[in-house]
Amino acid sequence: MPRIGVFVCWCGSNIGGVLDCPKLAEEAAKMPGVVYAADYKYMCSEPGQNLIIDAVRTHGLDRVVVASCSPRLHEETFRKALARAGLNPFLCEMANLREHCSWVHAAEPEKAQAKALDLLRRAVAKAALLQPLTVSPLPVTKRCLVIGGGIAGIQVALDVADAGQEVVLVEREPTIGGNMTRLDKTFPTLDCSACISTPKMAAAASHPNIKLYTYAEVASVTGYIGNFKVTIRQKPRYVDHDKCTGCGTCWEKCPKKVASEYNLGLGQRKAIYIAFPQAVPNKPVIDAANCMRFQTGRCGICAKVCPTGAVNYEERESTFTEDVGAIVLATGYKLFDWERAYGEYGYGKYPDVITGLQFERLVNAAGPTGGKILRPSDQREPKSVVFVKCVGSRDAAKGREYCSRVCCMYTAKHAHQVLEKIPGSQAYIFYMDVRTAGKGYEEFYQRTLNDGAVYIRGRVSKIFQNGDKLIVRGADTLLGRPVEIEADMVVLATAMEPAAGAADLARLVGVTGDKDGFFQEAHPKLRPVETHTGGVFLAGACQGPKDIPDTVAQAGGAASKVIGLLSRSELETNPMIASVNEVLCSGCLLCLPACPYKALEAKTITERQPGHPPRERVVAGVNSGLCQGCGACNVACRSGAIEVKGYTNQQLLAEVDAICQ
Amino acid sequence: MKFAYYPGCSLHATAREYDLSTRAVCDRLGIELKELPDWNCCGATSAHSTNHFLSTALPARNLAIADEMGLEVAVPCAACYQRLRMAQNDLARDPVLREKMEAVTGRPYKEEGVRVKSLLELLAGQGEALKSRVVRPLDGLKVACYYGCLLLRPPAVSFDDPEHPSSMDGLLEICGAEPIDWGYKTECCGASLSLTDEDVVLKLTRDILAVALGAGAECLVVACPLCHSNLDGRQGHVNKKFGTGFQLPVLYFTQVLGLAMGARPEELGMNIHFVSTDKVFKKCCPENTPRKR
Repeated sequence: MPRIGVFVCWCGSNIGGVLDCPKLAEEAAKMPGVVYAADYKYMCSEPGQNLIIDAVRTHGLDRVVVASCSPRLHEETFRKALARAGLNPFLCEMANLREHCSWVHAAEPEKAQAKALDLLRRAVAKAALLQPLTVSPLPVTKRCLVIGGGIAGIQVALDVADAGQEVVLVEREPTIGGNMTRLDKTFPTLDCSACISTPKMAAAASHPNIKLYTYAEVASVTGYIGNFKVTIRQKPRYVDHDKCTGCGTCWEKCPKKVASEYNLGLGQRKAIYIAFPQAVPNKPVIDAANCMRFQTGRCGICAKVCPTGAVNYEERESTFTEDVGAIVLATGYKLFDWERAYGEYGYGKYPDVITGLQFERLVNAAGPTGGKILRPSDQREPKSVVFVKCVGSRDAAKGREYCSRVCCMYTAKHAHQVLEKIPGSQAYIFYMDVRTAGKGYEEFYQRTLNDGAVYIRGRVSKIFQNGDKLIVRGADTLLGRPVEIEADMVVLATAMEPAAGAADLARLVGVTGDKDGFFQEAHPKLRPVETHTGGVFLAGACQGPKDIPDTVAQAGGAASKVIGLLSRSELETNPMIASVNEVLCSGCLLCLPACPYKALEAKTITERQPGHPPRERVVAGVNSGLCQGCGACNVACRSGAIEVKGYTNQQLLAEVDAICQ
Repeated sequence: MKFAYYPGCSLHATAREYDLSTRAVCDRLGIELKELPDWNCCGATSAHSTNHFLSTALPARNLAIADEMGLEVAVPCAACYQRLRMAQNDLARDPVLREKMEAVTGRPYKEEGVRVKSLLELLAGQGEALKSRVVRPLDGLKVACYYGCLLLRPPAVSFDDPEHPSSMDGLLEICGAEPIDWGYKTECCGASLSLTDEDVVLKLTRDILAVALGAGAECLVVACPLCHSNLDGRQGHVNKKFGTGFQLPVLYFTQVLGLAMGARPEELGMNIHFVSTDKVFKKCCPENTPRKR
């Protein structure tokens, strides 16, 4: 018979203010197997923990139930207390009287008391069946993979590399730098984006601890925390970067011009190109889909003019494998495709209705207009510019429910730049709310107001072309009347969305996406850079919309988690994982597709039965490094051969019985 | 091809020319229209703003009659179309409403209900047939296609893009006309305030006329009797109130189609407009100007 001790925590008034904790302890003492029960103000405190340890020793307890808050908060604390008392730490069970009871049922204390008792009975029933579990060691490969070479990925790579660990940085575009290099000045300090990002790009490329793959994508990820094996697919560049000096003759002579992706269609590039003059690496690639040599077989000028013979039309895709111990996802964002959803703004058929990011290219000295704000339609300077915020953000009907967080500030910056650069100009901003939570942000917004920007609270219902003007019609909800503005240019603050391919990458790496497709952090407050997959971390806008300061801060956080992980010589595995009863397993392998972490595999065992010759049989096997103990396989298993340790069928059924008593 | 025809009250009265031209066009395209026997009001005006149930039950009765005929329904009026489709929409989603409605109309509701088509939607699907029957191309007549606010809204019952519709433009292009690109295709003419707040109607109507004219239109083309009565019937009021001099012909799209297919103007009711349609007629048929009413 087990000897169970029950410890009921008041959590100050959080639990004690609603529930009668001494009474709960008294009732618990009568439950089967319970030999000791006590209550205390703060069980997680030092004296609280000592109370548990003393009781274990004095009363010879071999199972402990703590009835307090969520196990997410303090399960680890109490497990350690058990270890200090000389018990296996996994012989601790918690009943969540705070989040599951007193907080949510504060208005009905009597019913809450009854529920608390049910929760306690459940925990005691499970505790009676707990078994000791042991952790085992895992080796750690002291290298880190960073996916995405924008400011988030670069910052992670630099921080980890500076700490002395090796980094593999993979970027799918021909250059690292990401969206930040497209920006002109950055709010609220108006420092030039290129001036602060390009030195970091160069530092990352030349760092001895960073191995850079550009124009490459991660093709597969296998393994588990501390021991990932990654396949990287290098797309053909058709230019040998070892021979190329980046002299630029090829792209000067190339006869084929296409719209520049980097300039969001506002400028042109050649078929052999570098995205922008400060690109890293500063060597070109050939866009085969638009190259005349590839499309018609004629041309070949770049190969003829290249002084080092670096152009190679025969180059093929190649793959590389890398072993790493940690992975950081830093894939950033893209902008909401407003042209698909907003017919009332013209579906993109009016050339002078542009996005905020296109405006950045227009106002950028390195952009297609050399920093002059000119209308795409006729290259004239606009005198009246209307900004529309929340296009696709905070719009559940047409776009995304969430706030994209950066638009209020960059729109304030854009309006400031219009008023500063174009004498006699007028800037109108249609807004729902002005959200300026950040250091120096509200001050910047006030500055734009003082510059003379006109803020109109309301939505824009329609934009249409009338002659060479754009008519912007909306509501001023403060005055309660419709407004109509004749504009020369309209800038839409479109929502931030997960980068293209984010869902595929999530599947590849084995992390989950949230309802909007951003990568899901392990805990929104307490584990913001971790994922539910061990050894995989998040940085930047791939986790949710973020501005540059927040992105860099989160990247630093992710880097510190990686450094912490890689600084250990070995890891302890989580013992609460699936285990297969090979006698019961029929080898149907239905559990394999159920596993989100690719932790199950087929394996062949040799079975011996009395009176029969030994025979070989296929059963499911669990990779203890990959398994996260989610239990999906447990449910899928038809013969009940798979159980999750610490959550066995027997334990769970005992809990159900106890609750339904 | 045979359709049940629901003209609604307008096409028997103020929009008689819409009815005339619809019949003329359908006749030439080989589309037989069979008017719903004993049809009633669609519920567009007072019912839908005062009594939701009535505004569903009225069209539901019409739908049930059409169902008994076993034909798809063609509806020329934008307001009628919207009421019939919204009733279908609401009934499909609300079992309680369905039960109440069945009790009141005394006719069963069918899940696979009768298909309701706007006349514009119906004719837009007849592009090929129309092409072969155009005998009098409109020779680059600049038309401003005006769909109005009701025909394509709400999006749940719309057959064309509610913000940038193109079905009428496509039809008129086949007739040789040149649809202009303009920003007021789906603006409101103020129809629902016709009787209660004329000032609003006059302003909205003025704006539509001004923008169409500014964009180079030689005539406005509509698919809604209420739009027509405002834009055509009130042009004189607008001119008086704002000191403007609009003389912009306002035609039903069926009238333009009919002209292109060789129909006589009287057959299409072009002689009973407030603003003379001679300009348009002269353009495609200079030798023969219609009689005044």
